[in-house]
Amino acid sequence: MPSKQDILDLYFMDARCKLIDIAAFLDRIDRFDGDTDYRFDGFHEALDAMLKPGEQSRAQAVLNTLSDQSKEPIPKAIIQGAFGAPRKTASN
Amino acid sequence: MSYIEPHAHMVSRTTDDYQAMAIAGCEAICEPAFWAGFDRSSAQGFHDYYRQLTDYEPKRAAKFGIKHFCWLCINPKEAEDSGFAREVMAIIPEFLDQPTVLGIGEIGLNKNTTSELTIFEEHVAIAQKHDLPILIHTPHLEDKLKGTRLIIDALKNAKVDPSKVIIDHVEEHTAGMVLDQGFWAGMTLYPESKCTLSRAVDILENFGMENIWMNSACDWGVSDPLAVAKCMQEMKKRQHSRETIHQVVYENPVKFLSQSPNFTL
Repeated sequence: MPSKQDILDLYFMDARCKLIDIAAFLDRIDRFDGDTDYRFDGFHEALDAMLKPGEQSRAQAVLNTLSDQSKEPIPKAIIQGAFGAPRKTASN
Repeated sequence: MSYIEPHAHMVSRTTDDYQAMAIAGCEAICEPAFWAGFDRSSAQGFHDYYRQLTDYEPKRAAKFGIKHFCWLCINPKEAEDSGFAREVMAIIPEFLDQPTVLGIGEIGLNKNTTSELTIFEEHVAIAQKHDLPILIHTPHLEDKLKGTRLIIDALKNAKVDPSKVIIDHVEEHTAGMVLDQGFWAGMTLYPESKCTLSRAVDILENFGMENIWMNSACDWGVSDPLAVAKCMQEMKKRQHSRETIHQVVYENPVKFLSQSPNFTL
């Protein structure tokens, strides 16, 4: 099994790159005019969940935060795609 | 090292992809029926698609020494119109005797609607009637968690043998519930959504090497037909043994797929 040092050697630069990309994405949003939407709210909630995952793993906490938590099937689909974060509607 | 690609949409790929996969060690490809990227306008369109999957594509794969198998269904993205879906499902039994058909798939849910769920349950009934394994698509992104729960509930209500079902596209938040209920789990290796290579190896390390496979699900979108071969390399970088890698990419798919009478290597 690899050690923590092995994992750092394998993945630190990649994770560092992705972390800076996230920071630059947040800066980019700040720099432009207009309003954000539920995706941006979900993104911030997921960042919080990553830092405070509780009993879950960090990846699980992020995925669960970005998931529709409702239980019942919806009556009809109005779109075919997905957007990556749940809309906060009455059904949620 | 040889491997099985248990989920790839080769009708959307070039012959160069077949060649690259053959060189990388791919021995067999299994192709579930899926959405073409647009809604087909008639049931006859599906008839032609099933002919492509059961006749043309195995011949194309054979030119590269790869065995090609398929799964049949109408995918959940086109299941919102239940009348149309039933018209298509009526065609399926005509193709079940073809020598490379493995079972029913990839059925499942997309937006978690009542109509999708009804058509999913009717597909499950076809599989049970013909005693065939089932390959299940779980929804994308924010819909995956809810859809996976609904699918598991429906399978339990139908009293399906979980060992004959693979629930695909699992991620960290769904892998546990799938495996804990006795189903097989599939991980899809995509650059942006589903699992990256490193996360797939994390899932293997956290949930174990039993009853799980990985696939590229390469199609007409951003995807990589060599993703399984690349993940084998990722496992090697993480110091997994040759035997463990072989189990995940070859023995596990063979074990599950051998439940279909048509699967032979």
